[in-house]
Amino acid sequence: MNWESASDFWHMGGYGFYVWGSYAVTAVLLAFEVWAVARRGRLARVRVARDVAVERMDERRREPT
Amino acid sequence: MSDSQLSATRAPSAGVSLFHYASPQTFFPLAGKLLWPSWIAAVALTLAGLYTGFFIAPTDATQGDSYRIIFIHVPAAWMSMVVYLAMAFWCAVGLVFNTRLSFMMSSALAPTGALWAFVALWTGALWGKPTWGTYWAWDARMTSELILFFLYCGYMALQAAIDDPRRADRAGALIAIVGAVNVPIIYFSVKWWNTLHQGASVSLTQSPSMASTMLTGMLLMALAAWAYTIAVALMRVRAIMIERERQTDWVRQLATGETKA
Repeated sequence: MNWESASDFWHMGGYGFYVWGSYAVTAVLLAFEVWAVARRGRLARVRVARDVAVERMDERRREPT
Repeated sequence: MSDSQLSATRAPSAGVSLFHYASPQTFFPLAGKLLWPSWIAAVALTLAGLYTGFFIAPTDATQGDSYRIIFIHVPAAWMSMVVYLAMAFWCAVGLVFNTRLSFMMSSALAPTGALWAFVALWTGALWGKPTWGTYWAWDARMTSELILFFLYCGYMALQAAIDDPRRADRAGALIAIVGAVNVPIIYFSVKWWNTLHQGASVSLTQSPSMASTMLTGMLLMALAAWAYTIAVALMRVRAIMIERERQTDWVRQLATGETKA
């Protein structure tokens, strides 16, 4: 085991700022990317579904009543 | 979807050919099936890699614990180059065979490649400060990696600036293919020039210049980066397929819930 305590772990032999600065920024960027991509896929489906619904409504309106 | 429609899209032979999956309509559900295994692999490999990197790999004799940045830095730098080559490959396939899916793959890879290039630069800066005394130097390895990041940004900006997707694909493909020459320059920069950046820690011809547990941690993280890239690119290519094929029946049926994928 490399670390004697949790604070020893966070201290990272005096390099905590550099090591955790690297890991934290990477984690945030990856998490943001996953969120953004999931949102993009969801919005794409919603937009198509909305367009289809609008078209179907227009078709119904054009039919003689 | 009814059986009659399905059979119309199926290849005439019973065996599934690779070209069967070259159409977005057939690739979409396949990409969906590959998503969960890729995510599970990415998470499992990341946990294994982090555990090995922080709890099994020893403190480095000369660099202390600052070297632990390697577990992100090297996989990110590798992926930034691999993704660029994959992007250039799909662009070339798209130009030669005029297949829409190839260009969609290329567009789906670009943001993730740019992210890896940025992470490689960021972690490199944070590693450079304690080991070399500087966050940045205009050294061949760093400068060529920065150019790679700009190439990704240029490709995405150019695609976003052209309204007609076909023209955007062709223009982007030129940047991607011409820019691919930068990838070997990055890779060999530490050999060709005297750089502040150290030489390769791992190569195919020599035994690695690092402890085996450090190497294991790094390779696990590299595999994790592969799995993550595959998972997120598949997710993005599915979104791009819906966006670009929104006028087609299969996307309309998918979006309204008449088919599931």
